[in-house]
Amino acid sequence: MKIDHYIDEKTLKVYLTEEIDHHTSSIIRTRLDYEISRFRPKKVVIDLEKVKFMDSAGIGLIIGRFKVAKSYGGSLEIENSSDKLMKIFEMAGLPKIIDFKENKKEEVI
Amino acid sequence: MDNVKNEMKLEFSSRSANEAFARISVAAFASQLDPTIEELADIKTSVSEAVTNSIIHAYNGKDGIIKIHSRLYENEIEIEVIDTGSGIENVEEARAPLFTTKSSLERSGMGFTIMENFMDELKVESVVGLGTKVYMKKLIKTKELEAN
Ligand SMILES: Nc1ncnc2c1ncn2[C@@H]1O[C@H](COP(=O)(O)OP(=O)(O)OP(=O)(O)O)[C@@H](O)[C@H]1O
Ligand SMILES: [Mg+2]
Repeated sequence: MKIDHYIDEKTLKVYLTEEIDHHTSSIIRTRLDYEISRFRPKKVVIDLEKVKFMDSAGIGLIIGRFKVAKSYGGSLEIENSSDKLMKIFEMAGLPKIIDFKENKKEEVI
Repeated sequence: MDNVKNEMKLEFSSRSANEAFARISVAAFASQLDPTIEELADIKTSVSEAVTNSIIHAYNGKDGIIKIHSRLYENEIEIEVIDTGSGIENVEEARAPLFTTKSSLERSGMGFTIMENFMDELKVESVVGLGTKVYMKKLIKTKELEAN
């Protein structure tokens, strides 16, 4: 996990790098909730590009951070979720409530 | 059904650190069938779901033993995940998408739905007070094509 604080004064950006299961998600959850409660960001961005494995624990982790970010007046955005992860998020209907952004590498600047 | 080509049994404590151990071990065993990366990922996720359920729900954080029994056939793998924990009162209800008895722990109730989607067959046998056996089967399509 790598955390960038306030990349543009109001955004907390988090790069998750570990496999997401029940074991790791409790560690990730504790750290993220600490950062969100401390900095109260307007926007939390979670980048999943480096996540090679995720099971249903990831669904609970993302919905949970969505709720926590919201409780501090912020929003949540998910970036670079692989097809494999997307399939799991879609089964649970997450794209209907949470903002998923396309792979940044495809953006032309 | 074809003859069993290989068989393995695993037995480990209900510690959350063993979730990764279990899925990686089964994936290593399954790789003998030369599955695609996609098929292997489906197997890993499903094993992780079943084992996590035994740890969280069956043993509820307490010490217990989880067993995995896996068999390889010409073009399919069978995996059983067995616990002797609490058991499930209503299996049909438990298998429904979004059903969870642990929403307070940020569980989403999607474990069985994922197993059903990622594997070709899912059977759940459970007796309250005795435990649960989850049986899963996955066809390894690459092998199936070669065999034909
Ligand atoms: N091995 C088990 N022993 C006892 N109860 C179980 C077992 N496996 C599943 N259950 C019950 O079935 C319910 C549904 O399981 P499922 O895996 O679909 O969702 P979950 O574990 O609650 O959430 P998620 O897997 O999405 O994090 C659980 O909430 C639990 O009540
Ligand atoms: Mg589960």
